[in-house]
Amino acid sequence: MDHKSPMLNDLFGIPWLDFNLSTSLMTIVSAVIVFFICFFATRNLQMKPKGFQNFMEWIVDFVRGIVSDTMDWKTGKVFLPLGLTLLVYIFISNMLGIMTVVVVDDYLWWKSPTSDAVVTLTLSATIVVLTHYYGVKVKGVKEYVKDYFRPVPFIFPFKIIEEFTNTMTLGLRLFGNIFAKEILLSLIIKLAFVATPVTFLAVIPMMAWQGFGLFIGAIQAFIFTMLTMVYMSHKVSSDH
Amino acid sequence: MQLLAGGLTIFASIGGLHLGDMLVVLVSFLLLLALLKKFAWGPLMNQMEKRENYIASEIETAEKNRLEAEKAVNEANERLKSTRQDAQQLIEDAKKAAQQQEQSIIQAAEAAAARIKKSAEEEIAREKEKAIEALQAQVATLSVQIATKVIEKEISAEDQEQLISEYIKEVGEER
Repeated sequence: MDHKSPMLNDLFGIPWLDFNLSTSLMTIVSAVIVFFICFFATRNLQMKPKGFQNFMEWIVDFVRGIVSDTMDWKTGKVFLPLGLTLLVYIFISNMLGIMTVVVVDDYLWWKSPTSDAVVTLTLSATIVVLTHYYGVKVKGVKEYVKDYFRPVPFIFPFKIIEEFTNTMTLGLRLFGNIFAKEILLSLIIKLAFVATPVTFLAVIPMMAWQGFGLFIGAIQAFIFTMLTMVYMSHKVSSDH
Repeated sequence: MQLLAGGLTIFASIGGLHLGDMLVVLVSFLLLLALLKKFAWGPLMNQMEKRENYIASEIETAEKNRLEAEKAVNEANERLKSTRQDAQQLIEDAKKAAQQQEQSIIQAAEAAAARIKKSAEEEIAREKEKAIEALQAQVATLSVQIATKVIEKEISAEDQEQLISEYIKEVGEER
């Protein structure tokens, strides 16, 4: 990718406060889009659902299925909003980069926020921190600490490493998929601008890859939500 | 050195570690989570739960109504059966009563007929006796008159009368 990122370094003169403006912008844009979609979809709720309410309830049921697959529903109930938000937010984020890519003066402004590793790793770190928080909250400090020494004490170092690998794999899986998708998209776009006759030919791989990108985006959103619930269940369920 | 430069290029192209971005992502995601929970998922889940409860209560009510209806039907059937039995009993009683009445009417009629017959017979016998008495008296006077006419010249009235009454007595005894 020869696109540059619009950087804003050292905001307010604080040395570590760097912004990739496009990432920040897209993060906020997708959050706003998700909020408005979900907000307007859940106005005017009816006892007999119709139209978009049906779709939203389908999503709720879907995530409820994920949650109750990984842990028992009584403890998993509180994670339903988290799972729903993750699924919708990541899905919308992935979609944003498929529809359009906006490049201004060689600076890449519009992309999927999830094609930036900072975003995905921040999300996965947030999730892992949340799993620890809920682990302590649901089982108590004693049980939470004891869990590091189960089933045998020497597993403790591996359990510590696992927390970091979980964070890395969860974030990098999403990032890798979406980043690869966007790279190939931009390559196809570049191909299209090589010569005029190729422009129309490039439409075919473009559409195919966009379709595949749609698939990847949906699958990755699902996998991220699923794994979140799996990690959560490791921490809050007592049978593990 | 070149390797390091290449690594740095990749590092830069995938974004690099920008704490500002991390903050933006963290804050926007947590804010989104809170807002959606309050404005979207909360109401939606409430609505779904409400519907679940509604359906459950409807099913319960339907089940209760069904049981009640079943009980009512059973009761009605039982009542119908007992009513039928009552009716049957009533008809049988009526038949029996009618038969008894018939019998008694016939008996009464027979008795009345017998009484009437008996009184008629008595009447007949009485009339007969009366007629015989009247005849006896008339026969006596007639025979006296006849005898008077026949034997006026030969015997006196007293002898004649004595003679006739003897005869009449004989006649009466013979009868």
